[in-house]
Amino acid sequence: MRRHWQQRETMMLEVSSLNAYYGKSHILRGVEFNVQEGEIVSLLGRNGVGRSTTVKSIIGEVSPVGSIKFKGEEIVGRPSFEIAQRGLGYVPENREVFPTLTVRQNLMLGMKSGQSNPRWNMSEIFEMFPNLAERADVPGGVLSGGEQQMLSMCRTLMGDPDMIMIDEPTEGLAPKVVEQVSRLLEKIASRGVAILLVEQKLNVAIRISHRLYVMGHGKIVYEGTPASLKQADDIRSEWLEV
Amino acid sequence: MLEVFVFSTLNGLVTGLLLFMLASGLTLIFSMMGVLNFAHASFYMLGAYFAYSISLKLGFWAGLLVAPILVGTFGALVERYALRRVHAHGHVAELVFTFGLAFLIEEAVQFFWGADTKNYQSPDLLDFPLFTLFGQEFSAYRGFMITISVGIFLALYYVLTRSRIGIIIQAAITHPHTVASLGHNVPLIFMAVFGVGTGLAGVAGVIAGPVLTTFPGMAVVLGSIVFVIVVIGGLGSLGGAFVASLMIGLLQSYAIASNLGMPDLLNWLGLEFSRDHPLNDLWTLTLPQIAPVLPFLLLVLVLIFRPTGLAGKREE
Repeated sequence: MRRHWQQRETMMLEVSSLNAYYGKSHILRGVEFNVQEGEIVSLLGRNGVGRSTTVKSIIGEVSPVGSIKFKGEEIVGRPSFEIAQRGLGYVPENREVFPTLTVRQNLMLGMKSGQSNPRWNMSEIFEMFPNLAERADVPGGVLSGGEQQMLSMCRTLMGDPDMIMIDEPTEGLAPKVVEQVSRLLEKIASRGVAILLVEQKLNVAIRISHRLYVMGHGKIVYEGTPASLKQADDIRSEWLEV
Repeated sequence: MLEVFVFSTLNGLVTGLLLFMLASGLTLIFSMMGVLNFAHASFYMLGAYFAYSISLKLGFWAGLLVAPILVGTFGALVERYALRRVHAHGHVAELVFTFGLAFLIEEAVQFFWGADTKNYQSPDLLDFPLFTLFGQEFSAYRGFMITISVGIFLALYYVLTRSRIGIIIQAAITHPHTVASLGHNVPLIFMAVFGVGTGLAGVAGVIAGPVLTTFPGMAVVLGSIVFVIVVIGGLGSLGGAFVASLMIGLLQSYAIASNLGMPDLLNWLGLEFSRDHPLNDLWTLTLPQIAPVLPFLLLVLVLIFRPTGLAGKREE
């Protein structure tokens, strides 16, 4: 399953010297990391270390200082819709399913105008998730947490991104649903879509990621592979374990 | 009695649907910006004046087609180059800006067209009675006003609930950041909604101008009623605005047509009063006299008993 991403070396996302502020609070303090084409990279860390702010800065919801290059182009200061149109998908932490729109309409919203030969289409999504197919015409707000997570991820996939950033996809989900989310992530990666996964569940991240970064105090404090992180007890106890 | 009821209902429908054309744009813009556009009725007035000028040269129908487009384009430009910048400074700045814009448009109208009432005429083509009922004529122009209003309501309903762009608008109103992160140009959507909303006010101005007279105070006359409607309907609710528009239109129409008054009420209660009493003026009030106040009375009642309006939701 795991790809030999090291051999491809095509840079998808390159973040350097990234700083972000909420009022006078200095949240990100020189964050540096990168994601290669087709790679699954996890951004780990405890609550409040700046992981969500990092992805919000990348998608343009927070105005950062520094450099973010997506497919070689600088995107700092660009509006969110432009960044998304360039092929960067984002699944927010709280899922943000449109509660009054139906499942089908939620998926339709993910499609961009003028898309040609997308990697994903609605009938395939419904095939993958029969639950969503059965409830295609019910409002998104009545779905369970797990179904909403799937819907939110599939909605972003409908826009055919080259890379997708997913913020805490397994938070608050039952183990069975976490398993489903993991399988979907692997399927996404198998179609050449790079993934930046913001995750707290270490076992999920270690199982599916090619590389992992650990954040602490607003910067990257560790970079390694799942195997090396498993060995790094000091890193896990200092920055990850509660 | 039946005759009065039927014609009052028809006239109430005409007024109610006209009010809805204004209220729909105002409530949509409110849902989007979170602030009431106090200049909304001024766009309605501009519609009437633009159409009047165009009708002098090219006739009524050209005015009906071109004036709303001009008003909508002006509205979109106002959003793009003024409101969007003011938005960054918060709702108070937006409110003050729309207040100022209303005054500016009123002054501009007086400057360019003068302070007098304009002789804006309905088209000759519709200058005939559509039908005669109980010996009373219902003009074809009023029928035309109903048709246009209903047509616009149906088109708006279809676009907002069935089309892809409508779905994007609905989602952008409640979750603008998420819609933007899916690759949709939310600022452009907001500009378009503002343009269409003000364009609809323009349509209302074009078709109301010949009936309700075209003069520089027309925005003030209708503006306050439209605010009452969006509050009664529930701020941001299109369905609520529709019901409230018809309610106000019919309420005013029935009140004007009725011949009931305080004397009838006092008689019914078995009370008598002296004509020399200092409150004689109050005791002789009739329903047609207080008809213009009724919408505001209804507003007060709604605010007391259902502050969120008929279809509004309490903010979480």
